[in-house]
Amino acid sequence: MELLFNLFSDYTLRIVAFGSSLLGITSGAIGCYAVIRKQSLIGDAVSHAALPGIGLSFLLIGSKDTEWLLLGAFIAGWIATFVILNINRLSRIKYDNALAMILAVFFGLGLVILTYIQKIPNSNQAGLEKFLFGQASTLLQRDVMLMGIVALLTLLPMIFLWKEFKLLSFDRVFADTIGFSTKKLDLILTTLIVISIIVGLQTVGVVLMSSMLIAPAVAARQWTDRLSVMVILSSIFGATAGICGTLISSSINNMPTGPMIVVVITLIAFVSLLFAPNRGLIWKKVRDNKNKKEINSTIVLSILYNLGVKHKKIFNAHDLNTLMLEKGGLKYSKKNLRKELDKLKISGLVNKHGKNLWAISKKGIDKIRALDYVNGGESYHD
Amino acid sequence: MDNIAVKVNDLTVAYHKKPVLWDIDLKIPLGVLMAVVGPNGAGKSTLLKAMLNLVKPLTGRTFFWGESYQVNRKRIAYVPQRGSVDWDFPTNVLDVVTMGTYGKLGWFKRPRKEEKEKAIEALDKVAMLSYSNRQISQLSGGQQQRVFLARALVQDVDLYFMDEPFQGVDAKTEKAIVKLLEELKNMGKTVVVVHHDLQTVMEYFDWVTFLNTILIDYGPIYKVFTEENLKKTYRSAIDSFYKNNRKVI
Repeated sequence: MELLFNLFSDYTLRIVAFGSSLLGITSGAIGCYAVIRKQSLIGDAVSHAALPGIGLSFLLIGSKDTEWLLLGAFIAGWIATFVILNINRLSRIKYDNALAMILAVFFGLGLVILTYIQKIPNSNQAGLEKFLFGQASTLLQRDVMLMGIVALLTLLPMIFLWKEFKLLSFDRVFADTIGFSTKKLDLILTTLIVISIIVGLQTVGVVLMSSMLIAPAVAARQWTDRLSVMVILSSIFGATAGICGTLISSSINNMPTGPMIVVVITLIAFVSLLFAPNRGLIWKKVRDNKNKKEINSTIVLSILYNLGVKHKKIFNAHDLNTLMLEKGGLKYSKKNLRKELDKLKISGLVNKHGKNLWAISKKGIDKIRALDYVNGGESYHD
Repeated sequence: MDNIAVKVNDLTVAYHKKPVLWDIDLKIPLGVLMAVVGPNGAGKSTLLKAMLNLVKPLTGRTFFWGESYQVNRKRIAYVPQRGSVDWDFPTNVLDVVTMGTYGKLGWFKRPRKEEKEKAIEALDKVAMLSYSNRQISQLSGGQQQRVFLARALVQDVDLYFMDEPFQGVDAKTEKAIVKLLEELKNMGKTVVVVHHDLQTVMEYFDWVTFLNTILIDYGPIYKVFTEENLKKTYRSAIDSFYKNNRKVI
């Protein structure tokens, strides 16, 4: 509660939180395309490749203004993406190999340039390293304005080219045949991805930025089977992580904001992986167990039915030993089989006669006959 | 000349050094239901893709109704192999089929009620209406194929290219697809299908193209579906390639 109060009272905190949530919205939304196009790692390559761009921009222009540094980052990031995509297209080198190679080369070059800048006397370089791990606390109002503009520039094309981007991501060959230039669309989408990564570098840094692109999208994918919902959810997750990360780091001394945001978004992703309905791991496990139990109890019922058919007296009762002989592939001990039969009795599918005799009930027969896969099996035709 | 839908001139395609298609000349008349048959690696899919500019040919051109592909793009539909997309994509059946209307919609315009209705109509035709809200990852192979066909139907074109629509579908789906092909033919459409099962060529199609890197023969089934052509086609690809080259030289 106090944290929220801080948000309203502390101007700097408000600026940082606003910037971080803008970043979360942009990278969350555009990240969905990176994920569904199976290009999740492109974010990593772009952000690492941006480093030499930042250094060169400083060397050439000599300004420490965020705008110029980010312009350099954008150009370098874009060139790296272009090179990766073309290596993949024109040679037999696979996408992931090209990506790993370019990422390392550009990042290495970036470190060399940064080191060189640090050695220049009077270069007042202090501040360039903030792009390595990000330094959200240095966000100024005009930085946040820039982020807002970029957010608009990214989200508007996504809205206008919604169906085109969806088509491109799902079936690019088909998109080509019905007359959409997939080259142009690729170019636009890739540029949007690069822009949204670059704008986050100041906050989260080149090393961690790709998680802002991927984690919200992966988390959102768990909760929905619709692209539109996925994009919206992903933005919400991104924004939530931005705000929460900022607040948490502000409440603890010397806690960096960028990494905190990444921790929060990763947590959201993990929770989604585990608990989301349908796709969540735990949900799957629960459902599988439930199905297994149900199938097992149906098998027990069908054994009774089968025995009845065999003896031509369907309501005949059978004792546990007979059932054990017939149980086939079921892994029941006598005790568990008795338990299962008791359960079936409670649901009225089985009648119990005396202490140790069971017979299928009318309701049980109806259930078995309603299962077309059991009834269709030849063993049940007498 | 006027009753020719597709005309292929001197089409050659190569991946690296090896030619996949060699000097193909082909004329497909209007309104036929044509199978393209040949062994694995004969270049059947490549032929379709090269005609549609999806693969760049080394030489040769393809004309549709006497004009280039670009001019007539909106009159042609292509049904890719269903393995060509990611079926875990976050979308449902109706949405995928609606994509068939995107070409006529053009850039920026969103599909509206009219387009959705067209998609629903097509889903009904392939007996998939009850699946329209189903997430596409929950479809069987045959259902995926029918979704692709429905998407092509929505395009409402004059010429259909289908790449192995019968691959991995059960007998029931196969019958449904055949019925659909016949309906298209009866509506005067031209349909070209890459096909694998020689047993059913006679039954399903009225024209056939024998392909094995080179064009062995093509024409009405009753004329060209001969033992000789079959033998020629299903001999090893390299054999027939060099043998025919020598003849040319």
